[in-house]
Amino acid sequence: MSAEVPEAASAEEQKSEHNMLPWSLQPSIPNSLEEMEDKVTSPEKAEEAKLKARYPHLGQKPGGSDFLRKRLQKGQKYFDSGDYNMAKAKMKNKQLPTAAPDKTEVTGDHIPTPQDLPQRKPSLVASKLAG
Amino acid sequence: MAADIISTVEFNYSGDLLATGDKGGRVVIFQREQENKSRPHSRGEYNVYSTFQSHEPEFDYLKSLEIEEKINKIRWLPQQNAAHFLLSTNDKTIKLWKISERDKRAEGYNLKDEDGRLRDPFRITALRVPILKPMDLMVEASPRRIFANAHTYHINSISVNSDHETYLSADDLRINLWHLEITDRSFNIVDIKPANMEELTEVITAAEFHPHQCNVFVYSSSKGTIRLCDMRSSALCDRHSKFFEEPEDPSSRSFFSEIISSISDVKFSHSGRYMMTRDYLSVKVWDLNMESRPVETHQVHEYLRSKLCSLYENDCIFDKFECCWNGSDSAIMTGSYNNFFRMFDRDTRRDVTLEASRESSKPRASLKPRKVCTGGKRRKDEISVDSLDFNKKILHTAWHPVDNVIAVAATNNLYIFQDKIN
Repeated sequence: MSAEVPEAASAEEQKSEHNMLPWSLQPSIPNSLEEMEDKVTSPEKAEEAKLKARYPHLGQKPGGSDFLRKRLQKGQKYFDSGDYNMAKAKMKNKQLPTAAPDKTEVTGDHIPTPQDLPQRKPSLVASKLAG
Repeated sequence: MAADIISTVEFNYSGDLLATGDKGGRVVIFQREQENKSRPHSRGEYNVYSTFQSHEPEFDYLKSLEIEEKINKIRWLPQQNAAHFLLSTNDKTIKLWKISERDKRAEGYNLKDEDGRLRDPFRITALRVPILKPMDLMVEASPRRIFANAHTYHINSISVNSDHETYLSADDLRINLWHLEITDRSFNIVDIKPANMEELTEVITAAEFHPHQCNVFVYSSSKGTIRLCDMRSSALCDRHSKFFEEPEDPSSRSFFSEIISSISDVKFSHSGRYMMTRDYLSVKVWDLNMESRPVETHQVHEYLRSKLCSLYENDCIFDKFECCWNGSDSAIMTGSYNNFFRMFDRDTRRDVTLEASRESSKPRASLKPRKVCTGGKRRKDEISVDSLDFNKKILHTAWHPVDNVIAVAATNNLYIFQDKIN
């Protein structure tokens, strides 16, 4: 992208001379041979060079089987159905409005008595035995 | 809410109904209001007609994978009676839904009261015939067929055949042919799974039946190729009848070439003479009689070519955009980023970029064309490539089969635009 800055500057200079032309049609005259070469390299190759610089160990074949196999196995993997159901229940619980925290929580200062303890909240998931 | 993200949009054959599916497995159907003289401004507005839960999340016990309830595709069946039928599919299961109207109910039953309670049989002294009375319109959706357990991989396409009896469903590696009446069997017509998965080089990305020739279908691949198959030639269509691929200039090949050539959608023209494919940066129109190269190539957002590195890093390069034809095949439309969508007029060779957003769409106001500027000095009204919001993608669009009415899905919002009359 650095090659684009001097081009823009020259385009600006040109603009004052070629006021009739819309910006997109203005000729941009490269300042040097180096810039001419940069222009010739496709933007795609420039992007590829950028990517390779950031990830030098990136595989040669991006469309290779590893990449495709990852695509075939989309979807979140769980350990087993129990894990899945727990995760689902957790999500459901998160969506329910959370109860206000008990303001008179008693911990640490003294041994609590039954009157000090907060009321046990009823189960969110009703037991099947409860009918 | 993420569950509201629209994942598919489809008009029915007459255009009076518009169905949307979302990530939460819901289907919402809109109906076009009949134009009447007393309300001239309603001019064919679409209002909610029916909403139902089509798919629920499931768990694949064998692979310990979650099966998403997201609706991947909806396809309408041609209307044959008062009810409407559509197919909706998630990754694994296709369902046939019947949507019917009820505007009458029977009153005066003998054995039960109006509120449903059973009458004491000893109190019944006379026999009466129930009469039908009008009631408020109720639209009911009921699942009539469930086509399950036929796909190991994720379903990306369904397509109803012109014979109105069969349809195909395609996943990453296989295509199956179904009969609409039969749910316990399907025929496998394409199988590109290699014996050794290490040798996998491409996957199926989309498939569609020809609009008139019931023996012909096409499927596209992640390598930018399209294969046309004729079911008359053999039961298993692993060998194509036609192979469409644009020759590539080897000197311009890069790491991204194959990824951006992957076809995300393929659609036959209404005439059946052409087909259109969408890859990451362009839309191509192919003449079915010419396999060597497309007859038209339209650039959707060529300015993204110099952003491919970051688009690869944020995964946007894998976004699957759809495309559609207008009723007369004279124009094509596809989506882009920043809630922009593009329309190309094939006759005049003109194209336009429009935006689907609340700010730019006041009811009954015209859409203003948008422009992306690629560098240097930005004009007022233009947006620079670096300010584009890549989270605002328009992947799903639909065009009314006859009129100039389009439906554009922008994340969890649906926009319906109509051509101005005078």
